[in-house]
Order: sequence, then structure tokens, then C-alpha cells
Amino acid sequence: MVTKRIIPCLDVKDGRVVKGVNFAGLRDVSNPVELAKFYSDGGADELVFYDITASSEGRALFTDILKKTAAEVFIPLTVGGGINTLSDFDRVLKCGADKVSVNSGAIRNPGLIAEAAKRYGDQCVVISADVKRVDGVFRVFAKGGRENTGMEAIEWIKRCVGNGAGEVVLNSIDTDGVKKGFDLEMLDMVSRAVSVPVIASGGAGNMEHFTELFKALPLVDAGLAASIFHFGEVDIGTLKAKLKNDGINVRI
Amino acid sequence: MVAIVDYGVGNLFSLNCSLNAIGAESVVTSDAAVLRRADKIILPGVGAFGDAAKKLRASGLDAVVKEEAEKGKPLLGICLGMQLLLERGFEYGEHSGLGLIKGSIVPIADSISEGLKIPHIGWNSLKFTGEKSPIFKYINDGDFVYFVHSFHGQDCEEGTIATTEYGGTLTAAVARGNIYGCQFHPEKSGKVGLKILKAFCELEA
Repeated sequence: MVTKRIIPCLDVKDGRVVKGVNFAGLRDVSNPVELAKFYSDGGADELVFYDITASSEGRALFTDILKKTAAEVFIPLTVGGGINTLSDFDRVLKCGADKVSVNSGAIRNPGLIAEAAKRYGDQCVVISADVKRVDGVFRVFAKGGRENTGMEAIEWIKRCVGNGAGEVVLNSIDTDGVKKGFDLEMLDMVSRAVSVPVIASGGAGNMEHFTELFKALPLVDAGLAASIFHFGEVDIGTLKAKLKNDGINVRI
Repeated sequence: MVAIVDYGVGNLFSLNCSLNAIGAESVVTSDAAVLRRADKIILPGVGAFGDAAKKLRASGLDAVVKEEAEKGKPLLGICLGMQLLLERGFEYGEHSGLGLIKGSIVPIADSISEGLKIPHIGWNSLKFTGEKSPIFKYINDGDFVYFVHSFHGQDCEEGTIATTEYGGTLTAAVARGNIYGCQFHPEKSGKVGLKILKAFCELEA
């Protein structure tokens, strides 16, 4: 059976990883290539690179970093951030990305997902949605969670999948950074609404939160986190050993 | 030298890098003369069977790949490239493959229990069938590799060298003599994948 995936997310700005502390044996934690190798050797099943640069110089640095990573790390790489057009897809895929995640770009241009899926295949297109409860309704937010689009989240995600998105990253703004666990209620609704893999994001604070996620919601395929891995609070190898011990099917 | 066949299907950057990582000299090429000179050939591919088979034929490289493989040169098909080694594929109609290995490419939906997600995406374990294949010499039964596919090989008979379980049994790898095919992506399967590529690169022609 296919295993549950553990995915560290690396925020990259101007060619450097934002956040991060020192790991034993790692000289430069803000070097994306080194950190990617460290995670891959530690048992990460996949890596997400999120480009938070705004300038075009930053973009060029990012693609350079991506190329260097892809030349040394042989697990699936997903790239997000600043993906607005098919040429953005092209730019990162040529540098070794396997999947491309779209967020605000798909909100601005609803045709983007369908065009990309047609050209590169559904498996290549990931819809990343930032979702927050507003007056008891799940709403989609744009611009890194700053702007309420007014769209109802489940309908939006279903529409994106209908257009060809092959995977969903659901980031709960409500639980993000709180470290009290994933947003099980939101994830439950989304994973029952779509038939493609769902990646949980936002809220992981410790190892137990991953066990809780996979036990409570068998339809969720992966858990994504950033700071708990970067700050060394959770070691991926130890986490996977614990999950296996808890009866969760993981790749060791 | 390992030649990666470039016939306009898919991104070959990672595959080329993975070969460099194991110290193999490799080249991405659409030149028949380079394929003939190479010690080994890798046939990659992503997308739909019919479209890829058409592109391979249009490039004229199908005949070269077949000829070289039949002469005994080690050939490895990856993902759709593996599917093309078989006799035929049933994705958007019926299409002919290279016919180097017995079997047909059929939807995995016909082989697995209902309710499972398709495509079959992610890490799954290999179960060797029959005698351990030379390309698996550095890995173990049960090791995990990375899959992304909605179709798989059927009726490959003794050509099947590994399967994987996903609500049913799926064909994970095939072989006949010097010709090998992996449904999964060794270039995305971490250390296990690199070990498979290393074993392939060490095969004698």
C-alpha cells in the first residue's frame, strides 16, 4: 500500500532558506541545497520549495538553487510561489521540479490549472489553498493569507480538481503557527470532497500531531510542516519511526 | 556511455542528474548515431501512451531502440518508457508499443479495489517475482520506490520481475534478457532508485 508522506517545506528568499537553526553536521542551514539533502537523507518523502522572493533577480536565484538541488536530491520536488503563468510552470519544471503548486495565480486566472494540466499532466499540478473560517464558513484567502476572496473553500477546491489539479495542499490559516495540531475538521471536509491526494498543512507542533492526523483521517495522504523541522523540534527519522510504531504505513 | 532517448516527452533533467550522481557518463540525445554508439539506452517518458508512441515513431528512434535492444544492448524503460516496451496500450484507444516484452498496458482501475485514489501516487514497496533480477542486485525485496501512474502492465507473464500492492497487484517492473522496464521512477526514488540505476549501468552488453 502507498505510504503516508512526510513533507518539509522550505521557504526560499533571494536564494536562501528563511528560518532554520543549526543541525549537527550541517554547515549552513540557510543553504537550500544542504538543507534539502539533510532532509532527504533523514527520510523526507518529498520536498516543497516555496519561493517568497518578489524581485526578478530573486527568481533567477531561485531557479538556480532549484537546479542545484535537483542535481543532488533524488526525491520528488514541488515548487510553489510566484506561479502565475504557463511560462512560470515551464521555468521551474526545466530546473528539476516534478510538481508545481499554484495559489493566488489560480485565483487571478481560473484557466491556469486547466491549461497547465493539459500541457504537463494532472500529476504535475498542485492546488494550494489558504483557508480560514469566517463567520463559520470556510473561505479562500489570497496573497499569502492576507486577502479574503469571499470564495467558499470546498467549492473552490473541487473546481480546481475538476480543472485538473492532481493534488491539494490545504493550509489552515486558523491552525497555522498555533502548534496545537492540524485542522482536522477542515481536512476531513476537503478530503471527503475530492478524490485526489490531500496534503495537510498548518498546525503541526509535535510528533503526536502527525499520528493524530493519520489515525483520525485515513483519507489524508501527507503531512507538511516547516518550522518544527527547521528548528529541530521534530526529527524526520524519529517521527517516521514513531509513526510506524503507531501502526501508520510509512517509508523507513 | 548511457544514452537517454529524447523524443520530446517529459523532462530529462533529473534523470540525467541521477546518472551523474552514480558516476555514469550520460547524454540526452535524439541522434540515432549516438544511440548506436552508446553502451546502454534509457527510454524515459511521461504523458499518454498513444501520444508518446506516435512521437517516438515520428522521431524514427523507435526502430533504432528496438534494433539495438535486439542486438543485446541493455535497455531500460522508465514509467511511460517502460509501458512502450510492451506490445500494446489501451489509453485513449488501442495503440501499438515496441513489442519487446509481452503484455498490454491497461487502466489500474481494472485491477484494484474501488475507492482508492487514481493515479497511484507516492512511495510503495516492491515485491520481487521469480529469480531476483540483476537490476535489483543492490536492493531488497520490500524496498520503497516512487510511483506516479494510472495504467500498468498486464499479461506480462514471466516478464514480470516485481509487483506492488495497491488494493490489488500492480506490475512494478518487467524484463526480458537485456531489456528492463520500471513503472516507478528510479530517479525520484532516493538511494534505492540510484542503486537500481547503478546496477543497470553495470550490466554487460
